[in-house]
Amino acid sequence: MTKIGYFPGCSLNGTAKEYDLSLQAIARIADIELVELDDWNCCGATAAHSLNSTLAVALPARNLAIAEKMGLDEILVPCAACFSRLAQARYEIKSDEKYRTKIPQLIEMEIKGTANPITVLDFLNKYALDKIKDKLYNKLNAKFACYYGCLLTRPEHLSTIERREDPLVMEKIIYLSGGMPIDWAFKVECCGAGLSVVRTDIVGKLCAKILDDAQSRGADAIIVACPMCHSNLDMRRNEINKNLSTDNEIPVVYITQIIGLALGIDPKKLGFDKHFVPTDKFLHKLQKQTVEV
Amino acid sequence: MARIGVFVCHCGENISSTVDCAKVAEIASNYPGVVYSIDYKYMCSDPGQNLIKEAIQKHKLTGVVVAACSPRMHEPTFRKATAEAGLNPFLCEMANLREHCSWVHFREDSTTEKAAELVRVLVEKVKHNEELFPIKVPITKTALVIGGGIGGIQAALDIANSGHKVIMVEKNPSIGGKMAQLSETFPTLDCSQCILTPRMVEVAQHPNITLYTYAEIESVDGFIGNFKVTIRQKAKSVDHKACTGCGLCIEKCPIKKIPDEFNAGLGNRAAIYVPFPQAVPNKPVIDRNNCTYFLKGKCGLCKKVCPADAIHYEQEDELIKVDVGAIVAATGFDIKHSDFFPEYGYGKYADVIDGLQFERLASASGPTLGVLKRPSDGKEPESIVFIACAGSRDPAKGIPYCSKICCMYTAKHAMLFKHKNHHGKATVFYMDIRAGGKMYDEFVRRAIEEDDVNYIRGRVSRIYEKNGKLIVCGVDTLLNSRPVEIEADMVVLATAAIANSDSEELAQKLHISYDPYHFFSEAHPKLRPVETNTAGIMLAGACQAPKDIPDTVSQASGTAAKVVALFSQDELTREPLIAYVNNNTCVGCFLCQSVCPYLAIEKEEIRRRDGTLVKTVAKINPGLCQGCGTCVALCRSKSIDIHGYTNRQIYAEVSALFNRREYAGV
Ligand SMILES: Cc1cc2nc3c(=O)[nH]c(=O)nc-3n(C[C@H](O)[C@H](O)[C@H](O)COP(=O)(O)OP(=O)(O)OC[C@H]3O[C@@H](n4cnc5c(N)ncnc54)[C@H](O)[C@@H]3O)c2cc1C
Ligand code: SF4
Ligand code: SF4
Repeated sequence: MTKIGYFPGCSLNGTAKEYDLSLQAIARIADIELVELDDWNCCGATAAHSLNSTLAVALPARNLAIAEKMGLDEILVPCAACFSRLAQARYEIKSDEKYRTKIPQLIEMEIKGTANPITVLDFLNKYALDKIKDKLYNKLNAKFACYYGCLLTRPEHLSTIERREDPLVMEKIIYLSGGMPIDWAFKVECCGAGLSVVRTDIVGKLCAKILDDAQSRGADAIIVACPMCHSNLDMRRNEINKNLSTDNEIPVVYITQIIGLALGIDPKKLGFDKHFVPTDKFLHKLQKQTVEV
Repeated sequence: MARIGVFVCHCGENISSTVDCAKVAEIASNYPGVVYSIDYKYMCSDPGQNLIKEAIQKHKLTGVVVAACSPRMHEPTFRKATAEAGLNPFLCEMANLREHCSWVHFREDSTTEKAAELVRVLVEKVKHNEELFPIKVPITKTALVIGGGIGGIQAALDIANSGHKVIMVEKNPSIGGKMAQLSETFPTLDCSQCILTPRMVEVAQHPNITLYTYAEIESVDGFIGNFKVTIRQKAKSVDHKACTGCGLCIEKCPIKKIPDEFNAGLGNRAAIYVPFPQAVPNKPVIDRNNCTYFLKGKCGLCKKVCPADAIHYEQEDELIKVDVGAIVAATGFDIKHSDFFPEYGYGKYADVIDGLQFERLASASGPTLGVLKRPSDGKEPESIVFIACAGSRDPAKGIPYCSKICCMYTAKHAMLFKHKNHHGKATVFYMDIRAGGKMYDEFVRRAIEEDDVNYIRGRVSRIYEKNGKLIVCGVDTLLNSRPVEIEADMVVLATAAIANSDSEELAQKLHISYDPYHFFSEAHPKLRPVETNTAGIMLAGACQAPKDIPDTVSQASGTAAKVVALFSQDELTREPLIAYVNNNTCVGCFLCQSVCPYLAIEKEEIRRRDGTLVKTVAKINPGLCQGCGTCVALCRSKSIDIHGYTNRQIYAEVSALFNRREYAGV
């Protein structure tokens, strides 16, 4: 059984429970053990790096150090924001002498940078897909707009994605899961991420464009791989709709939930009931067609 | 006994501000073998040189050490002075006190001490210097110009007009290069073809120029003054001597839908074609990759209609061997195309075009006869967005350099559009406006102020299509960094200028170096910008780095002057600092041959008087050897040495450093 470190971060324990549920379900079917880091802490996300650059490295570095201590070479970090922080911390420690000496003192732990954070897309491609390929029997007759946002594709030195300006990894996974990915214009646009709380108005505007384009190109759902993107596009829907002439009702779901559906897992177990924008119409459409197929 | 003179230069304050020059001269006077030593403010000046000359004669010096700047700067000066005083110039050496000492250290006792040590090392070396004499090689006074763009044309005409023969090799069916494709040219907006075509004709008619079009370089051997070049004349399938250029064949050719290279893919051409109406030569070639006769063995229409019986399907590639004394590489450049940009649609939007395509649309001889019509539906655009630095100055795209020409041609494009459509909306997104050059900034200002082009400082993050319009999303970094969105009917990308795809291959054939981006390297970025590191091979135009026409033409004329200067001699004089083989110890393993980067090592058979072979040894071709010393390091029997840098000389320098003694308490 493959063993990989797991850093759920704050979101996957709370607002993004469905992401965690669906990811764990896939891991089980793929026979991969996700080893949660002992006593992990907040990655620092937006707050730390806008205030104190050392703290912004120290917080995620502690998680890296824990993984090292546990003998883990790779850590699955499903949240794109957490991933970005952990990867950046590793990058700083590897490239900057200043941090190499200072950080171990601050966190009172040794750190070499041997544990490598990976995104959910890396995880799916590298470990999971091969093992579950044959079990993806549910054809998903719907159109999906795959949305990457910023932190999976930027900055250049951290991104593990090919064709960063016009990526196709999620599209390939959707296609493999029997869905129809669509070509659209806003897949790497910013959703406003960290401004969700303080400047909801900006988030509303940015997300309105994203949702509008997806809708005008006939998407049935938006696929994400980041709880930040998800909460902005899903939870802020009222604020978003203020910027649109008609209410946009496209559900926003995690890529892992879609794979879960393709694997035939009960939508409830995948957390489809936990979204703000209702998913029942979407699920209904899928089910009707799955029966027909 | 050695009688060495030491001359310490202050280099104004360059050296004397951190090194005590008088002290160095004083210490040096105590070195064994030194009979004279002195310091002076400017040793390279006339009085400075006279100091050296007088001392050589008065003190009967057998060696000279000038402690001054880099030998790259003034070695020729001091060697000449030495020679003028009657001493062999190669008995003069330079200690580099400026770059190696004064410029890189603070003023301290140890700085002066280091300077004195540098002098001592050279004193020990010069004791082992031998008299050397320049090498003479004959010169073939014919130049080869590779590439028939404006760079190659200018160089060829200048050389030919000086009375020397020129062979020009152009890989396309016509000469002219990119300039032939341009509509109008900055900063004067004069018609490109009108100023270019007369020169193209001049090349074709010049009695001193032999032109090979549709031809490529197969191989290059030899060395400066004596290159042996093989040219591959690709089969044109048309006998150009018989052909009258009537064009009937082109009219009748049934294959007419081949994307036209000259029109940057915006038009079509036939399988038998002349690239453009003003082409030189103005006679067709058959594109065998697209001709039905060559693909399927059928058709033959052109042969049937040709009144001059000029079509020869059976023609084959021909290898032509020529001897030349100098080579000018003038192979120009290429640009990235719109399919290089994922954020701008990877080339999927027909109306997102590159700069050359815009030139063709704006050109009176172009596919739209100069009316600006967009490629997708032929409508005349009302709003055009121009994006500068598309790919350039973007390390993430692998092109960190500035393409240099695009700021200017973007201003030109915006202007041309506004001149054709006064009510049109022209928007330029830029990072910086780089308009250094005579009348260049004025040109850009004219676009902004008189022609009302809207310049927005910021990058474009994305282009997408919506309701038949191209939506250009960018940022205005001067207006509070606000995101801006512009609806456009057409977008023109000023895509990065890059090296030709075959430039690496050509550089290897020529044995010249190239930079990480495959542009050819000049011998020195400032002082030898037209020569390469391989003697006898020079550069002209954009094959060295992106360049506009004035810069290309200047460099081409500079290159021509270098070639003509070379041809002004009957024999070539070269510094004799090259490798030589000791035949007695050479065992003929030829390891050296495999490492010599200049292919300068040949085989020589040593025979007895009766003709029986004793052994085969390495022989250095003095014309090719650049004295790099790679062979010396590799020779297992220590049979190769470099004149001027012999092992003995180098050992003398090294052991001088190890046997440090106090010559005066510094
Ligand atoms: C869109 C655009 C607009 C421009 N507008 C202007 C302007 O308004 N004003 C201005 O001053 N400059 C302008 N320029 C720049 C101008 O095009 C160049 O300065 C000029 O073309 C450089 O000339 P060149 O001879 O060095 O290269 P090129 O024009 O590229 O010519 C090189 C020639 O060598 C040939 N060749 C290539 N490889 C080989 C080979 N292996 N063997 C044999 N032959 C070979 C090619 O076929 C070509 O004929 C513009 C450039 C672009 C892209
Ligand atoms: S028909 Fe013959 S003569 Fe006329 S252009 Fe063609 S090849 Fe030349
Ligand atoms: S010339 Fe201007 S547009 Fe071209 S790369 Fe340089 S700065 Fe950018």
